[in-house]
Amino acid sequence: MMYRVGEPVTVAARAHDGHHRTPSYIKGKTGRIERVHATFRNPETRAYGEDGLPEMPLYLVGFARSELWADALAGGEYRVYVDVFEHWLEEAK
Amino acid sequence: MSDHDHAPINNGDEPAAVRVRALEELLVEKGVLRADEIRAGIDWLVSRTPADGARLVARSWVDPEFKGRLLADARSAALELGLDPGPSPVVVALENTGSVHHMIVCTLCSCYPRALLGPPPAWYKSLPYRSRAVSDPRGVLAEFGLEIRDDVQLRVLDSTADIRYLVIPRRPPGTDELSEEELAALVTRDSMIGVAEPAAGAASLLTNDD
Repeated sequence: MMYRVGEPVTVAARAHDGHHRTPSYIKGKTGRIERVHATFRNPETRAYGEDGLPEMPLYLVGFARSELWADALAGGEYRVYVDVFEHWLEEAK
Repeated sequence: MSDHDHAPINNGDEPAAVRVRALEELLVEKGVLRADEIRAGIDWLVSRTPADGARLVARSWVDPEFKGRLLADARSAALELGLDPGPSPVVVALENTGSVHHMIVCTLCSCYPRALLGPPPAWYKSLPYRSRAVSDPRGVLAEFGLEIRDDVQLRVLDSTADIRYLVIPRRPPGTDELSEEELAALVTRDSMIGVAEPAAGAASLLTNDD
């Protein structure tokens, strides 16, 4: 596990050709590790009939509304929490 | 079935259903799955109901130590009550309080704690819910009839991977006299997704004083 709870992280902004579980609205965005879940088989290879090994660490990453959506939307503050695999996380920018 | 002489495949069904049936036929034909395995899987899925999740919530309302165990490891807590937490995905329970409100979405598809809540409602799988839950959650909740005060921290959980989230809603006021079973009857599916409060209206039907 490369990251610890409370650490700021940035989600890699790279494109990915094929199945992956990192939604585009968090790519390039900076958030904070909220939970370190466990390791799980990698859906990016599992989706194509492989075993998904090695297992990858999975984190719950929390983002402020203002980080995700530049234009001020109505409806006040909130946070969005997304499960992100470690190979999609980078040191916070 | 054996010699592949199926009727015109599109008999007025929606395209997704036609595609699923074609996939199913292929998987069976190629020996990846047997038809009875598919049926058993579907039977299991449709046999699940939100009543199981409701039992977890009701127990957590009457037993703080159980709530602690539910928050720490929902899978073990479900097993403790004799409930089937389902295959691999890990379930994480999140508690709504007077200062924090959680709601659940899967923006990428329809990830949902099916083992404990049954099949997800159609709106949960709809594009408008999936996109607006993360971009205008208060607006979405208002459409469900739920106003979240500005001083309440709103947390939207996007279930993108192996974890399935279950909300423990707040116990409605005026339910002190209710039994655990009566409490469970108040815990609606939507309250465990975090888009509604438990059926407080139903509570007054169960109590005699008002």
